[in-house]
Order: sequence, then structure tokens, then C-alpha cells
Amino acid sequence: MWRRTRKASDFGAEIEAHIALETERLQEQGFSYEDARSAARLSFGNVTRVQERFYEASRWPEWDHFWQDVRYAARMLRKSPGFTAIAVLTMALGIGATAAIFSVVDATLLHPLPYPHPEQLVSVIDDLPGVGAQDVGMSVPEWHDFARSGIFEYVSPLGGGDVNLTGSSQPTRILFAAVPPNYFALLGAEPELGRSFNPEDATPGFTLEVLISDRLWKGAFASDPRILGKNIRLDNDLYQIIGVMPAGFHDPGRTAAERSTELWLATGFAGPPAPDPLRAAHFLAPVIARIKPGLTVVEAQSRLDALVASLRKEFPEDYPLQSAWRVRLVPLKQTVVGDVRQALIMLLGAVGLVLLIGCVNVANLLLARASARGREMALRQALGAERSRLLWQLLTEGLLLSLLGGMVGIAILFCAKELLLRIVPDSLPRLNEASISWPVLLFALLATVIAGVIFGLAPALHAGRVDLNYMLKQEGRGSTGSGEQALTRRLLVVTEFALSLVLMIAAGLLLRSFADLLQVQLGFNPQNVMAVRTWLPIPNDPATDIYRTPAQAAPFLREVLRRGRTLPGVEEIAMGDSAALPLGHGREDLNRYPLIIEGREAPSNGAPLVDASMVTPGYFHLLGMTLLRGRLFGEADDEKAPAVVVINQTIARTYWPNENPVGQRIKIRMPGDRTTFAWNTVVGVLADSRTESLTDPSVPEMYMSLYQRPAKDLAIFMRGRLDAAAIAVELREQVQAVNPELPVFGAQTLDEALAGTLAARRFSMEIVGLFALTALLLAGMGIYGVISYIVSERTHEIGIRLALGAQRHRILQMILRQGLGLAIAGAAIGLVGALIVAHLMAGVLYGVRPADPVTFGVVALLLIAVALLACYIPARRAIRVDPLVALRHE
Amino acid sequence: MTTQDTTERLELLQGTLDLLILRTLIFGAQHGQGIARAIQQTSDEELLVEHGALYPALQRLEERKWISAKWGISRNNRKARFYTLTAAGRKQLVRETSKWNRLTTAIGRILESEEG
Repeated sequence: MWRRTRKASDFGAEIEAHIALETERLQEQGFSYEDARSAARLSFGNVTRVQERFYEASRWPEWDHFWQDVRYAARMLRKSPGFTAIAVLTMALGIGATAAIFSVVDATLLHPLPYPHPEQLVSVIDDLPGVGAQDVGMSVPEWHDFARSGIFEYVSPLGGGDVNLTGSSQPTRILFAAVPPNYFALLGAEPELGRSFNPEDATPGFTLEVLISDRLWKGAFASDPRILGKNIRLDNDLYQIIGVMPAGFHDPGRTAAERSTELWLATGFAGPPAPDPLRAAHFLAPVIARIKPGLTVVEAQSRLDALVASLRKEFPEDYPLQSAWRVRLVPLKQTVVGDVRQALIMLLGAVGLVLLIGCVNVANLLLARASARGREMALRQALGAERSRLLWQLLTEGLLLSLLGGMVGIAILFCAKELLLRIVPDSLPRLNEASISWPVLLFALLATVIAGVIFGLAPALHAGRVDLNYMLKQEGRGSTGSGEQALTRRLLVVTEFALSLVLMIAAGLLLRSFADLLQVQLGFNPQNVMAVRTWLPIPNDPATDIYRTPAQAAPFLREVLRRGRTLPGVEEIAMGDSAALPLGHGREDLNRYPLIIEGREAPSNGAPLVDASMVTPGYFHLLGMTLLRGRLFGEADDEKAPAVVVINQTIARTYWPNENPVGQRIKIRMPGDRTTFAWNTVVGVLADSRTESLTDPSVPEMYMSLYQRPAKDLAIFMRGRLDAAAIAVELREQVQAVNPELPVFGAQTLDEALAGTLAARRFSMEIVGLFALTALLLAGMGIYGVISYIVSERTHEIGIRLALGAQRHRILQMILRQGLGLAIAGAAIGLVGALIVAHLMAGVLYGVRPADPVTFGVVALLLIAVALLACYIPARRAIRVDPLVALRHE
Repeated sequence: MTTQDTTERLELLQGTLDLLILRTLIFGAQHGQGIARAIQQTSDEELLVEHGALYPALQRLEERKWISAKWGISRNNRKARFYTLTAAGRKQLVRETSKWNRLTTAIGRILESEEG
């Protein structure tokens, strides 16, 4: 487009000058001024036409028209602030919510992992499908085999936990990761200060070098510039800091906790304190790897399959046929994102429906206004406005509304961002990367434009089919709208109801799942129970471990229990390892043991794996678990007595279906030593309880005595009327009175733990519920608008009916029937949609069938009730019509 | 000047107005009214130029940089916008003139052969 060189006024002046010159010339020829001037004008032709041609030639009329439209639209919006406010708020809500959910989706699902060439990163997962076990962990020899296979550039198991850090400003309990020296080379991450581990380092045990996180450096070490080379103590072992990782670096973990590692230790997982590198000792998990450049995941998998097959042939005793050992490669992204994908997509779908309902509502409002403005449109068309210009103008109005809404929505989002992040549960992976980034804004803009076009188009299309004569005449008679337009509005309301019903049923199903989960028979009683954790140090040299054998550990445990029992409010006390924490423990806390039954011995890898917890005898009574058979272990089953085990009903039913398991013996390997196995006698059978998973009623579990098998990761359980804040401090004093170097942390009531496991579900239920309520409100507003419109349109007719003696309740029924018809039509369509959506949601439901008749019925009735209520208000107005007034209405 | 006068004159062919304007300006700077007069007088009042039609044409030529314009004072002391031929405009005039000559010759030949 060329630059506009001349103003129209300049052009006008030139024309003026021309006419003056011509007039003068004619006057010189003897004409009078008046004659000369009119002749000059005549010979010039149509001035306006010339000016129009100048105007059209010298600018971009489309642009001009556009600005005209925008200005006009802005004026129209200003003139009806109520309408504008409702429409803008509706859109703000829809677009803001959509952008919010999208920002989470963007951060979790769409962003690649923050490492170079993330497509080469995979999780390496060992499965034993033959015994129904997944992700059993990798053994050290397997790790070495894979690392040497030529398939991977690096393979790196991740260990970790929490550890006592001393040597900083304050003794702290920090999260650490134990990784092989090649870990950072694998991820392609460099420290911001100092150096990383040497990937070729093969020191047995832990190398004495550590890297720390930026946060730990800034927090515990006050950004000490001479941090490199500084000595620190971890569980009393001495280490040297060699580097600081940058603030943006996170371990590829699933949860916030897994990704907030503050210290990295290097280890080759060989030599003490790691167990002997036996092929059968599967303890490395999770394992990540970087595939060699040029290989795809599929190619790598097929080469790995060949390797696994040859290993199975080479070591038939370690890989018995029945266990069917195999190794899976899963893109790292997938393991990190995990199962929230489904929930997030569901939320995005829900919020999209809300946005769509919002659009339909605004379209409805615009249509109502368009009918009021029908005369204006008709008049403009009669005056020669092109149809396309009118269409554009209506579209511009729609877009302007939607843009305003979008802007308000994003503004609200910016303000409420912190709040939003707070209500989202921690368990969402990579959430701290969620932000209002450019892609999010772009998405919001796109949603805005599409929304604007959708609801701008409804009245625009309608305006395109206006019958001028009819319109002008109609308007003259004071009635509004055409039959066709009323039909469009009714269709919109039906759509709105259908969409709302889908959302409400989704919310209803989630609500029922949640309620079912809350009502589930736990099999244990979490009320008034508190758990506090402690951790016995694991020195790198086992000889210095003062709690190594049962005989060493048991007195400590008894002393802690004795002291704890004296605390105020404590009625019962027991201890266990962290796997014994009901629902509150992480995956890394699980101990899975092969279940080798006497008389049916199979190689360790051929035996099914079951979860085992070590507990003190008081544990079962404290948690209110039910004994079905035999006995629980007591104080007499101590470190000197024969080893005992208590199993749950699932194990009993699965492995001794027609026998009494009490008295049978199972072989369990000793802790800290993967080669020695000991026979344990089954003394009792417990009823199943959902300590492992709320949703799974039967997880095989067994319990052993903590006195007979000591553990390092301890949890102390107390029941009674406890003051949560005070008891943690009091218990710490008691534990540290026994051993002042022990950390006491992680105090939590079991109710809190229960709430924690439900947090993600609660979140998606609440969000979808909120969306559903919004949708219901919008649908109610929509039907209210349509019925009000119908009533006002028929005021005259109702007046006549009343004047002729119609009963008011008949009129009421007549109006309500119209509303009911719309609601039922919407509900019927919605039910079909809801059936489809419910089946897609089956994975996130619990205890309720996707096509749950109760939910469907109740929700449909609720929707119709709301519709009736929304219709009742205008209908009541209709029957209060004064026939005289209505008749004079003409 | 009467309406009857104007109806007897020749209507300008499409696209020839540009050529006429450029040709007129070869004698020096001139304002719009002057150009209109010059075309009419030089053609012995044979050509009908609606004065108004001149201005969009002038605007077009100016945008193509064939002529340039600036406000000045006319002979009888009136403000007017004067147009001057640019170098590009001079070249354009040569091109257009030869095109016109070829066109008229060709059309002339056809018409003559029809007659013969």
C-alpha cells in the first residue's frame, strides 16, 4: 500500500481553485459572476463523485471501513453497558478458564523436556509379566549389559531419598539423588559453577564428590562464592562440593518433590553400601537412558529385545521362563507426565465446553439485540449499504466483544495465577513450569477470535437474509423479529442445554466416584492417628552402623516406643518402615519381595512379588486392622524368636486357595543382603485393607516384625487425642533423647495422608463441577432470555386471550410448555453426548458405571427443573398482563 | 457555453487523457484548469474534457511519479496547484506517443482497406 500523500482537504482546495480560475476566465469573456460560476461548476461535472474517486484511489477503503466498524461497534457496546458487561464477563470467564487449563496442558503435555535432544531420552523398565509384576527394577549386571550394548549412549539408574546435611548454616534434612557419574552427561546438563562428575568415574560406593542445587547454594550456603571444595556431612559421612547446578535444572521427576532434588551424589551402585551386584537383585529403579543418535525408540526396543533374549538364554537360572522377563523402553516424557494426561485432557474438554456454552449464550444475546436492531439494519440496507458491509459490521461487533472478554479474562488470569497454582494439587507433574507464556496467549487469542466469529456469525448470517420490506413494515408495527430468527434462538438454547447436560453428567460421575472413594471400606481406621518419620543413618561403611542387626536395632525401637507412650494424649504407639505408612508413602518406599512358598520353590525371579512392611506388634491394633485367622505377632516374636510373617487375605486366597496358610513357611531374603534367605512362618491372615491404594481393594501384602527385620526408614504411629503441632516436637525430643543425631520429620495425620491421595481427584472433580455449574447458569440465562422474548412478542396475543376469558394458569402452562420443550430437546441430545463422553471418562471413574442411570436421571431432572424455574419468571409476567394495556400496546 | 455545445464534441477515448495531460505539460508547469483549457483549445474545442475527470487522472499520474505538483500563484494572482513533467513522465510521454501513433496508423490502415 502506498503512503497517503495528500489530504482530502488539499484536494478539495484544488477543485475550489479550479472553479475560481474557470469562473474568472468566463467573467473575462463577459459573463456575470453568477453565470460564470454556474457554468464553471457545470463544466467541472460532479464534484462529489470526483472527490469520492480521489478518496477511493488514495486509501485502502477496507481498512477505513474496518475502523468505521470498530468505532461503530464500540459506540454500540457503550450504549448498552448491561449487555456489554454480561457478554464480556461471559467471554472473560470462558477464555480465562480455557487459557488457565491450557497453560497447565502446555507445561505438562506440550513442552518438551528441558534437556537437549529430549526425544532420545527414555525410561528403561524391567517387567516380569509372567508373575504379574511391572517395573520391578533393574539389577546392576543388567545395567552394565545395557550400558555396553551399543544401543544407548548412557544408561543411568536414579536412587535417592532424604538425608541429614550438616556443614551448612543449619543442619537440614534435604532431598538427594544418588546417580551414576554419567547422569549429567546423559541429560546434557552443565553446572553453573564448578564441574560435574566425571562420567568415566568408577569409584566403588559413593564418590566423595557432590553437586548441589542453586536453591541449596543460595539458601543453606548464602550464595557463598567459595562454595567449591567445601566439605559437608551427609548422615555423618564427609563429602566435598564440586559444583552447583543452575536454577533451571530439575531431575526428570513426576512430582514436585521428585524434581526438587537439592544434592546429587555419584555412585556406581557397586561396592558397599550397595548390595552385591547379583543378576537377581533388582533394585535399580527408575532407570533412564539416552538412545544413541540416529536410533529411534522402536529400533532401540527391537535391539534391546534381542539382547534380553540372549541374556535369558545365557542366564536361565536368573531369568526363569515363567517370569518372562522383558525390558520396556518408554519415552521419558511419557513416564514424567504419567497418568495426568487423561485428567488434563478431560479438564481441557470441560473448559472448552464452558467456552462453547458461553459463545452460544453471547450469540443468543447478540441475536436478541439484532432483532431489536432489525430496523436499523433494514434502514441501512435500504439506504444502499452492501450486505457484506453489514455482515462485516456485525462480525466486528462480535470480535470486539470477544476480544474485550479475552483481555479481561487474561487480566484476571494474571491476577489470579498464584491462587490458581495453589488450588492445583502438587501431584501434577511439571506444574511449576506452568506460566502464562506466549503459546498460552496465542492460544487465548485464537480461542477469542474463533469465539468472536462463532457468536458474531449468528446475527450476521441472520442479517444477511433480511427481507427489507417485511422488516421495515414489521418494525413500523412495533413487533420484533422474524419466525426464522426465533427458531435460531431456540436452536441455540437447545444446544446450550445439551452441552450443559454433558458437562453436568461428567461432573456428576466424578462426584459419585469421589463419594464412593470416600465411602470405601478402608480396612483400617485413620482417625486420630498420626505418623512421624525418622531415619536411621546408613553409613557408607556397614561396620560403623550401630543399628545393623536385629539385636542392635530392637533395643532402640523399644526405647523409642517406651518413651513415646508417656507423651500426653498418646493411647497407642507402634513403629513400622515407610512402606507401612498407609497411603502416605511414595513408590520408592515400597519393598517388594518374591514370595517363595515352601514346597513350591522357584528361582527368586520366578516367584510373584508382593509388598512387604516391617512393623512392631502394636501396629495392627493401632490401625484397627482385622485378624481373620491365626494370630498377630506379639512382643514374644522378637529378634531371638523364629521369624514370623502375617499375610493378608489376598495372598491367602491367591496362593493357598483351599488350604489354611497358617503354619506354612515362606522364604524371604534378608535385608541388606540379597543372597541370604530365611524361612518365615505364616502365623496369621489379615482382612484386606486399602493401605496401598484406595481404588484397589485387593493388593497382596505381608507384614514382618520390625524386631526381626530392622529397617532404616522408620515411621512412628500414635493414636490418641493428639495435638498435632505439639506432639511432633515432643516426640522429636524423646527420639533425640535416645539418639541426638536422628532427624524427626514428616509429621502428618493419616487423615491428611488420605486427603493427599484424593487431592488430584478432588481437584478435577471440583473444577469440572465448577464448570458444570457455570454451564447450568449460562443455560438458565439463555432459556430465560428466549422465553422473555417470546412473552414480550406475544403480549398482544396474550392480552387478547385474557380479554376473551382465558384462564391465567392455562397461559402459564402454555408458556412453560414452550420452555419445557426446549429443555427436554436439549436434554435428549445432551444425554447422547454425555453417554459418549462418559465412556471416554471410564478411566478416571471409580465405583460408578459410565452409563450410571442415577447420575443421568438426576442431572437431567435438575437441568429441566432449572429450565422451568428460568421460564417461570417471564411466564409469571405474561399472566400478569393487563388485557387493556396489552391491547393498546399496538 | 450551452449543453448543446458539449454534446457535439468528441468523447475522449479511455486511457487517452493521461497522454493528453503529459503532452500538455511538455510546454511547462500548468495548473488543472490551465490543462483543461489547453486540451480544449489545442483540439479546436473538438474534445470534450469533463474538468472533474482531470483531477483523478492528475492524482494517478502524480502517484506514478510522472508528474510532480506544488502549490503556486496563477497569472491572475490566484492560488493554484501547478503540475510539472518529471523525467520519468517525459519518457512515458515518448512511449505513449509512439504507442498512440502505431495504434492510429494500424486502425487507419484497417479503415482504409475496408473502404477500398
